[in-house]
Amino acid sequence: MPWRRLARNRLSFAALGAILVVTVAALLAPWLAPYDPDEPDAAVALASVSVRHPLGTDLYGRDQLSRLIHAGRVDLLVALSATAIALTLGATLGAAAGYRGGWVDHLVMRGVDAVMAFPAFILALAITAALGNSTANVVAAIALTHVPIYTRLIRGEMLKARETEYAEAARTVGNRPHQIVLYHLFPNCVPPLIVQATLAMGFAILTVAALSFIGLGIQPPQSEWGQMTAEGAGYVVSGEWWLVLFPGFAIMLTVLAFNLVGDTLRDLLDPRMRGVR
Amino acid sequence: MPSRWRVALLSVEGLVKHFPLGGARAWLDRLGGQAPRSVRAVDGVSFAVAPGETLGLVGESGCGKSTVARSILRLVEPTAGRVTFGDVNLTTLSAEPLRRQRRDLQMVFQDPTASLNPRLSVGRTVEEPLRRHTTLGTGERRARVAEVLAQVGLGPELAGRYSHELSGGQRQRVNFARAIATRPRFVVLDEPTSALDVSLRARAILLLDELRATLGMTYLFISHDLASVKYLAHRVAVMYLGTIVEEASTAELFARPLHPYTRALLSAVPVPDPDVRRARIVLAGEVPSPIDIPGGCRLRGRCPLAQPVCAEPVTLREVAPAHRVACHLV
Amino acid sequence: MSELLEVHDLTVHFATEDGLVEAVDNVSFSVRPGEILGVVGESGSGKSVTAHALLRLIRPPGRIVRGEIRFEGADLLALPEARMGAVRGARIALVFQSPRTALNPVLTVGRQIARLYELHQHVAPAEAWRRTIEMLTLVGIAEPERRARQYAHQLSGGMCQRVMIAMAIASSPRLLIADEPTTGLDVSIAAQILDLLRALGRRTGASIVLITHDLGVVAEACDRVAVMHAGQLVEIADVHTLFKRPLHPYTQALVRSIPRIDREVAMEPIPGAVPSLLAPAPGCRYADRCARVLEVCRRERPVLRAAGASHEVACHAVEVESGTAVR
Repeated sequence: MPWRRLARNRLSFAALGAILVVTVAALLAPWLAPYDPDEPDAAVALASVSVRHPLGTDLYGRDQLSRLIHAGRVDLLVALSATAIALTLGATLGAAAGYRGGWVDHLVMRGVDAVMAFPAFILALAITAALGNSTANVVAAIALTHVPIYTRLIRGEMLKARETEYAEAARTVGNRPHQIVLYHLFPNCVPPLIVQATLAMGFAILTVAALSFIGLGIQPPQSEWGQMTAEGAGYVVSGEWWLVLFPGFAIMLTVLAFNLVGDTLRDLLDPRMRGVR
Repeated sequence: MPSRWRVALLSVEGLVKHFPLGGARAWLDRLGGQAPRSVRAVDGVSFAVAPGETLGLVGESGCGKSTVARSILRLVEPTAGRVTFGDVNLTTLSAEPLRRQRRDLQMVFQDPTASLNPRLSVGRTVEEPLRRHTTLGTGERRARVAEVLAQVGLGPELAGRYSHELSGGQRQRVNFARAIATRPRFVVLDEPTSALDVSLRARAILLLDELRATLGMTYLFISHDLASVKYLAHRVAVMYLGTIVEEASTAELFARPLHPYTRALLSAVPVPDPDVRRARIVLAGEVPSPIDIPGGCRLRGRCPLAQPVCAEPVTLREVAPAHRVACHLV
Repeated sequence: MSELLEVHDLTVHFATEDGLVEAVDNVSFSVRPGEILGVVGESGSGKSVTAHALLRLIRPPGRIVRGEIRFEGADLLALPEARMGAVRGARIALVFQSPRTALNPVLTVGRQIARLYELHQHVAPAEAWRRTIEMLTLVGIAEPERRARQYAHQLSGGMCQRVMIAMAIASSPRLLIADEPTTGLDVSIAAQILDLLRALGRRTGASIVLITHDLGVVAEACDRVAVMHAGQLVEIADVHTLFKRPLHPYTQALVRSIPRIDREVAMEPIPGAVPSLLAPAPGCRYADRCARVLEVCRRERPVLRAAGASHEVACHAVEVESGTAVR
């Protein structure tokens, strides 16, 4: 069972745990956060790590732990929506291109090439700069830059799956083309899709953080990890290390966790490995 | 001859399948002012299969026998020729009528593992043709699946398993079950036993023959294993380089092979009896490329008996009752 | 008679996640100089593992648990790895089942053979190339000069197998182990490869161990035959005796189970399936499929006993039926 294999690999298990912790914290943020993330308290401005404020406070005396927990909500939500949109769009385009071939394939793949001609981050940056940096635009920008990943993946898998004997068998048995794609080819493309989506989640979080770091992503007062890191960066010299360390650490941990879990899933989701212990 | 053709369940007339060469070679051909060449996988094949009989189609790899099977089922589109099933011309059928014909026209593939969708359970795999072609309800379908599994010698408890949980022999039985689920009249068996172990092969052959007899099916049995063909087929057609070179009843073909290629093929089969030492008829060299096929008799360059006359085109003709050979020297 | 190779009680286990797979169980046999010994069995009979064990090519999780392999006076299982390396390829060579994947795709086939001469026999490149062409001619490759400059993917399956054989015999080995050398080839090509192996055996005096599942191949090519079932060697005899008077119930069933073109006989599949080698029960592993099973069969592993000249069989039922006549 995959579960037992996953459990045996302690590092990936720890990574899975980290993703769970971050997700639960994001979901239950209003109840988990000890303070209101936007509530200033001048009395404790720039307070270091303490029992009352485990991760210290910022210039306005806002509790950094609370801000970090609330920021995680935004990061995960943006990354998840962007991945979901990119995956749906990319998989549909990829399946159409791979199974139909011909002009559909040409059209889709030239579109993909056009998107890929730009470095993903620069493209996302240009989109948010041009459209304005609302949360929806950040999602759209990241989704667009991620579409080619899924399109190319599914197209390749479709081309492979289309030539298999079970695809031919599905035809002889009397399936219509859309039934072959939906019931036979696509399900066999799902494992690499899940792996890719997990890896891309980490990359999406990094992109949200990076856009916000340079001020083109999520806008204050809404807290966001990259933006918090940017704010905290100025305090490194003056000795308030906690302001940059903890948000930076949150980004690193989450991105690393998604990558580790993605790599492990890649090893586990091979259908031939199912049932092998 | 025509009388038998009239009663045929499936007849193939002048089937041709050429795969055009792509890429650099086609480009070079065009540059040289010629039409781009193609792989002439099947180059004019005609035969008929009577209801209830098993026609064996034998030949070595690359002779085009699998392409014939795929062209009949329109898994590849034939370049020319006509395939008639009952009174339906399959070659001109549009998508939906063709799909409906598949209820009566099934296929068993060579690789028992690759031809099963790894994500479908055995039950779902066997049920699928019933979903596509019948209006049976869930309960009736399930009952029918259990019945079909029993017919191929598998227990109903296997319905919930996945192909990777089965042995090679069981997988091939699932393939048989899927093919016969809708009680088709005609089944193409594309090397159904070649991936099986010796002891399993015997069982598969006996099972296939029993299924045909009890369910009243007709088979086109494609194989390179002459011994299996001898057990399963009533008639045998031998293919070489895209054409049929000899066709006769199984008993006649194995007792009196006439074409030099058939004789060479039969003499190469290892016989499990060390006391039998047969003279081997050796063909020179290897099978030529199906791109540059020699004119005249296609075996001419390798045939030990070749004569000048062999450069003339050769056609299948009846040399004895129901025994057809394409050789100038017979 | 002095044997070229003597194998005693060879036992190979594989430690899998499900438990210990006893792939080869106390197998003993010998190979005489210049003979072709066939090893037949269904898949899972341990014939391939046995062949690889002879060259100590069993990799973890597999392990040769016990046994002795005497070849040219030395116990191969006791040799240090460095000296085993000198035996492998030079004194004992292996011909693989899938020649195309066994050949290096980025080197020309001629280069691959020539390299063997340069490495093992320390000859100059020009001489190595000359010998390569000679060798390709010997294995029946037409236009050897042209073929030597081609890559594996440009050659047909039969030609790849000829190249593999040329590589195997390049160092004039005394023993050639051919693992299913004709599986996957067309009948006419397979027949040519068998003829080639036989001719090379006669010509060089090397012995050949021919692993196959095809009794036809055995009858055509071999002098003696060892029959394996589920990791146990059940019968060994000269090829005429084995087909005329098989004694082990498994051998008899195997002979009856194959479709054949040479006579009109009914085909009888062997009952049951090859048993799991995962912690198998003691005793004879054919017991559950055997029509002549005795109570003792499930308790004690039968040992190979002489049943005539050049004929040994491991079966309790045969022992009981022949009484004391069998010594």
